[in-house]
Amino acid sequence: MAAAQAPTKRKKMMLWTGILMLVAIFTLPLTGYLATGSVEAEEASEATNPRADTWRQVRQGSEGYSAVTGRETNELIQGSGENWRQLRNGPMATYGSWLLVGVLLVLSAFYLWRGQVKMTHPRTGETIERWTVNERFLHWTTAVLFVILGITGLSLLYGRLVLIPVLGKEGFGVYADLAKLTHNVLGPAFMVCLLIMVVIWFKHNFLNRIDLEWFKAYGGMIGDKHPSAEKLNAGEKMWFWTLATAGVALCLSGLVLDFPNFGQEREVIQLAHVIHLITALILVAFSFGHIYIGTIGTEGALEGMTGGQVDVAWAEQHHDLWLKQVQEKQHSK
Amino acid sequence: MARMKFLCDAERCIECNACVTACKNEHEVPWGVNRRRVVTIDDGLPEEKSISVACMHCSDAPCQAVCPVDCFYTTEDGLVLHDKDICIGCGYCFYACPFGAPQYPQEGAFGARGKMDKCTFCAGGPEEDNSQEELDKYGRNRLAEGKLPLCAEMCSTKALLAGDGDIVADLFRSRVVRRGGRPDNWGWDTAYKD
Ligand code: HEM
Ligand code: SF4
Ligand code: SF4
Repeated sequence: MAAAQAPTKRKKMMLWTGILMLVAIFTLPLTGYLATGSVEAEEASEATNPRADTWRQVRQGSEGYSAVTGRETNELIQGSGENWRQLRNGPMATYGSWLLVGVLLVLSAFYLWRGQVKMTHPRTGETIERWTVNERFLHWTTAVLFVILGITGLSLLYGRLVLIPVLGKEGFGVYADLAKLTHNVLGPAFMVCLLIMVVIWFKHNFLNRIDLEWFKAYGGMIGDKHPSAEKLNAGEKMWFWTLATAGVALCLSGLVLDFPNFGQEREVIQLAHVIHLITALILVAFSFGHIYIGTIGTEGALEGMTGGQVDVAWAEQHHDLWLKQVQEKQHSK
Repeated sequence: MARMKFLCDAERCIECNACVTACKNEHEVPWGVNRRRVVTIDDGLPEEKSISVACMHCSDAPCQAVCPVDCFYTTEDGLVLHDKDICIGCGYCFYACPFGAPQYPQEGAFGARGKMDKCTFCAGGPEEDNSQEELDKYGRNRLAEGKLPLCAEMCSTKALLAGDGDIVADLFRSRVVRRGGRPDNWGWDTAYKD
């Protein structure tokens, strides 16, 4: 048995390593792209001609003096703007749309193939508390803000392609104005919610061996095995850590974009924008999976976050170690 | 149709900032916004040079490419103009523009941007030529009156040239030949592909 399992284990490892490498291959080189000055090929240098030196200086965006005060008015040409344009309109918009559509397609296909993960045992009628009122309030506030921010943000990225043909330029302009305002005002509110969430749920999210076993059994989504899980299973922990890293980066980069009054320079804004966009796309894609599993994907999963209570049979199936812990606590009382 | 271009002859520009002032006055440009500026490099040194810069009306304009609401349009003269009724003041055109041309009147707290304003090559906007609305939003439409941009028209040293790109290039070339130097038509390889 063990011998038969070894090759599939290795295959799984290889698959995940492969995916990780692919992601890294696409994203890492892009970061360096911004820092390079101009995309134009440097012209042959004439190091000794003073006038040529002056022009080289200008092309490289070195600063001069201008009587007109304002944001970077003393810089003649900034080269990174063109790079930012190419990045945003090119790979980021394109791969982003593939990512979002791809995840939706995979989830649909999975649902058609697997259907809902049903409860394996009949409900006992006995329930235990999974999330307190405060936790549920925090979750749904964050979720609503996330959805609004996601829709308004993505409208700025894809609206020109998708919404202008439907609404017309004037109509979309009115909507986009409102979307921008909404996004910029709710962004910081989302950040506050996210930070509270990270702090109060931190204790449930330490990764350990149990999580490894959970992954190896595909979280019970494929096949009939029911891997053990604590209060949060490994999938939920991954979502937590994605939010705690990419989500925080998203918020911080959002702040750089949101408050132009601190005089941050264009290169800083461009970099923040790239980070904001990549992390936003990752989070939206991940949130599709999170929403799927929490609603139609798993019977009974939503109850814990709506009413706060889950049936013991559901807890036994999905979070057995947590159930044991809760029951032990009750007994010892 | 002519392809309109700007050119600033750095051998002639004396950093008098008259173009900046003329533009601001002619178009009643909003507070805090300057459509044109003069930048001096190596200020105070023997090799000091000054250049007057505004929107260059690029071919394949970066501002136009990144605008989320697609409010830019290119005229038959090759001018890159925009529609303030649609603009949402997101700032993207400023991030993308090589010349730092787009400007924003401050609107509300935390530096929130109002609708973008930039040089129109004295050609107004999408409103009816020389209407009051056009004047209020974009400034005067001198092109519709058969005149060229005021900044270049009143430049005392004729450093700043504006008009049909071919004529501007010829004029500049003849100067360079007489002067015996290298043609440094500043910004053209960034701005123009035609
Ligand atoms: C769920 C979280 C969020 C998502 C999915 C998201 C997504 C996006 C997207 C897709 C864009 C447009 C990029 C483009 O057009 O190229 C954007 C822009 C922006 N985001 Fe977010 N964002 C989120 C959270 C935040 C937060 C927390 C803040 C602020 C703290 C923020 C502030 C901004 C700002 C200021 C812009 C520029 C919009 C403008 O000024 O027009 N975002 N966001
Ligand atoms: S100079 Fe800037 S604002 Fe003007 S057309 Fe070029 S990119 Fe657009
Ligand atoms: S500020 Fe206005 S013109 Fe510039 S990119 Fe944004 S919406 Fe377009």
